[in-house]
Amino acid sequence: MTNTQIRQKNITLSHGNGGKVMQDLINDVFVSNFDNPILGQLEDRASLDLANIVSSGDRLAFTTDSYVVDPLFFPGSDIGKLAVNGTVNDLAVGGAKPLYLSCSVIIEEGLPIATLRQVATSMKIAANLAGVQIVTGDTKVVDRGAADKLFINTAGIGVIRRGVNVSAANLQPGDTIIVNGSIGNHGAAILVTREELALSGEIESDCQALNGLIDTILEVCPQVRAMRDATRGGLATVVNEFANASNVGIRLFEESIPVDEAVKGVCEILGLDPMYLANEGKLVAVVPRSHSETVLAAMRSHPAGKNSSIIGEVTDTSSGTVTLKTIFGTERIVDMLIGDRLPRIC
Amino acid sequence: MKYVDEFREPDKAKALIKEINKVSESAINYLSNGKKKEKIKIMEVCGGHTHAIFKYGIEEILPPTVELIHGPGCPVCIMPRGKIDEAIELAGNSQVIFVTFGDTMRVPGSKKSLMQAKAEGADIRMVYSPLDALKIARENPDKEVVFFAIGFETTAPSTALTVLQAEQEGIENFSLFANHVLVMPALQALLSSPDLQLDGFVGPGHVSTVIGTNPYQIIAEKYRKPIVISGFEPLDILQSIWMVLKQFSEGRCEVENQYTRLVTEKGNNPGLNAIKKVFTVRSLFEWRGLGEIPDSGLEISPEYKQFDAEFKFSLSNKKVADNKACQCGEILKGVLKPWQCKVFGTACTPETPIGACMVSSEGACAAYYQYGKNNPKILVNSNR
Repeated sequence: MTNTQIRQKNITLSHGNGGKVMQDLINDVFVSNFDNPILGQLEDRASLDLANIVSSGDRLAFTTDSYVVDPLFFPGSDIGKLAVNGTVNDLAVGGAKPLYLSCSVIIEEGLPIATLRQVATSMKIAANLAGVQIVTGDTKVVDRGAADKLFINTAGIGVIRRGVNVSAANLQPGDTIIVNGSIGNHGAAILVTREELALSGEIESDCQALNGLIDTILEVCPQVRAMRDATRGGLATVVNEFANASNVGIRLFEESIPVDEAVKGVCEILGLDPMYLANEGKLVAVVPRSHSETVLAAMRSHPAGKNSSIIGEVTDTSSGTVTLKTIFGTERIVDMLIGDRLPRIC
Repeated sequence: MKYVDEFREPDKAKALIKEINKVSESAINYLSNGKKKEKIKIMEVCGGHTHAIFKYGIEEILPPTVELIHGPGCPVCIMPRGKIDEAIELAGNSQVIFVTFGDTMRVPGSKKSLMQAKAEGADIRMVYSPLDALKIARENPDKEVVFFAIGFETTAPSTALTVLQAEQEGIENFSLFANHVLVMPALQALLSSPDLQLDGFVGPGHVSTVIGTNPYQIIAEKYRKPIVISGFEPLDILQSIWMVLKQFSEGRCEVENQYTRLVTEKGNNPGLNAIKKVFTVRSLFEWRGLGEIPDSGLEISPEYKQFDAEFKFSLSNKKVADNKACQCGEILKGVLKPWQCKVFGTACTPETPIGACMVSSEGACAAYYQYGKNNPKILVNSNR
């Protein structure tokens, strides 16, 4: 294996041709960055030691997600960090301990190699922080215009702990809904970064791995009913999914839902509702009421949950419906996201 | 958040509700005038108000004698199917880059929406300001860039200024598909309707920042309905409702301004001048749900014809009737509540809207559907 540092400035079609140029790119950008013995074998598949997997739990968790965010870099995160944390979180909210990720990239001809390197480095840092290894991957290059700069797919394998059974269908009337901090930061950060809005502000994406926080939650409350990360569709969509799957009602308390001032500001200007904005480091957990204070305290003791808040309760009324108790004491429906939340014109 | 939270304080809302309850009794006595009147019907004209009323559940805390009717003040909702068809026709021209605000994308035409036309290959781009359309025109000199200009007097000044900017820069590949509408002719059409059941108005805020409060005098003087121009925060709306009721209780019928922090009597002169310079009043404009209303739209004046897409392209100008099942007209006049419409929530939903009121989140039906669907409490309250 050679360690030649590739000299070209931009990705060309030959970087995806399967030959030496591609090998050099993979070695230089990915293998050197991700740096682990399983990937280092450079076989067509990763060989994973079963004993290590089996010792962590009794069920395998397997997930995949594709990342196409535009722009590639934005305050607080980038497509690489997102691709690692997003998949790690999908595993973790199912009660699994995330272990291994794959990384497939589809690159548009002409992408600066420096950009790709920056993304790979970012993935490496995120994987280290989350305690997972990137063990296999694929690289494709497509003609200019056939993809937008860079798309990444990551699949993930994790192991579900013994005795843990989290599912959106498990909610019971009386349960408590908890969120691990302010909502809408990722969606607002992306909106502000897009040039056409000509907005500026200091909103950072909340992109972070949640597996550490989830370890903490499961330690004090293995009976957690349901957990989900509130990505696209935001908090409103996740709670609606819970209510539907469990055939219960959910009542949220407007005054308890944490929203940062800057995010509120963006929403006021654009006529958006933070409850529908995407998050990349926020989970909604449903726990039995008897455990709510213990779980809340544990979450607040973890860096990824210091602004955790009890935001609602599960009710036995109006099955499948989510309502919001407003600051005026009135109650209204919180529906799923319909269409795109496009800014109002007046 | 400063300058926002102050207008949402629950304690102040409670105090206002107390006052509303107090004054509503003498208001209904005044309006009853011998005959027993059960409800005072107040229309909020503007879609922004409708949205806020539902978002904060304001209907729920009003006394049972006060009912809100949700008016026609959403420029996206009232765009007729024929106009959307023409927009799609323009967008389908291979020489055209069609530029629009995002919320027109889902409005159904007779066969499809702009969103579907885009998916089928039309070059349609969403912007946040008409000036962005001008930028696209500069960057694509070999294409004709057509901006879908919609909105009340609120957005007309910015479109007019964009035309003036294009003229100044000598940009020739830019034109408007002008569909601006005027608030007063629509209100007068509503007020002239024989089955109208309104007692007073909460007047539009944004549009009044441009036109001022003077044009509303006719509503108080000729049609004898009080109107209070209102801001958009919950306390603004509650205070405006209180002011309307107060007028009844004192036997007054006037134009009042609650939104004094932005709205003046005379309006915004530079804005009005820009409209006057670039546009003239259209003799007839069709509103979805309300039909054709005389003098209710704006078209580009002859001096600026070179920026008029209707002049540059020959459009089919086909009239497409509203869907027969749709009862938006009755809803806008306060005769029916959204959920009393035959197709509400069944054939007509925000995903597949049939009528105007279901199209944008500011339409009355969409607001009911989104915030009140399956909520017996809201439905019961509205039914009182």
